[in-house]
Amino acid sequence: MKLDPAIRDQVLSTVPSLRAFAISLCGNIDRADDLVQETLLRALSHIDSFEPGSNMPAWLFTILRNLFRSEYRKRRREVEDADGRYAETLKSHPEQTGRVEFEEFRTALAKLPSDQREALILVGASGFSYEDAAGICGCAVGTIKSRVNRARTRLADLLAIDSVDDFGPDRPTRAVLAGGGRN
Amino acid sequence: MGERGKLGERGKNGERGKNDEMKHRRTNLEAVEPESDKPASDKPETRDSMGAPVNPPKPEARLGREVQAKIGQQLRAMYDDVVNQGVPHHIADLVRRLSDQD
Repeated sequence: MKLDPAIRDQVLSTVPSLRAFAISLCGNIDRADDLVQETLLRALSHIDSFEPGSNMPAWLFTILRNLFRSEYRKRRREVEDADGRYAETLKSHPEQTGRVEFEEFRTALAKLPSDQREALILVGASGFSYEDAAGICGCAVGTIKSRVNRARTRLADLLAIDSVDDFGPDRPTRAVLAGGGRN
Repeated sequence: MGERGKLGERGKNGERGKNDEMKHRRTNLEAVEPESDKPASDKPETRDSMGAPVNPPKPEARLGREVQAKIGQQLRAMYDDVVNQGVPHHIADLVRRLSDQD
């Protein structure tokens, strides 16, 4: 069947964000693009199950995440150090801004457990509501909120310890960050 | 079609559509209390039944919010590095091919 051009445009306009999410899952642009292509193949061959007017990004993100998870289960051993490699692969992207604080941020992000990183990215970067993020991850809204909170707390800890200079605009602020509130 | 690097031309064909793709996008991190480590309930616990703050924000909490704002900013900047690359041509071609199939 021919695809409604409006639906096709919705799919296309979701692709950039879908890629960004895929890269955050895979930690590798080439694998992420394979995953995006697989997702689009799956989605467009099951387009009848998409309810017109419903949330296209959420639908595509759900398919992509499910594909990634089933692949992950199949190749668990190969992917086991994905969290560790995430930082390395991000570091090697020449098109990305080379600022030191960004590198440190990416490194800190890579240290998060994958379920926390995923929740943080869906809510904080992709811009999904907690409800949509819960739908995408197949868990309760409270679980998403909890994961996002833990991710933020952990990131703040990692960044305060590892790169205090990037956060405190002035010396007193840095002293508080480093010394846990002492004067 | 041009090679992969020609981002500027894609907008005309509706392939890039940064504005479109970001329609669903909101900033949600600011709504979360960063100091809470347990599942957030629908009602913030820092307010009483009249809506008044039970625990006024401490200086550490304010500092925490600054750090959290910075985290949100860097998270989005990192994500947007990829989003701003638009739709790679091979993916645009794939979608077009699949949508024209009978």
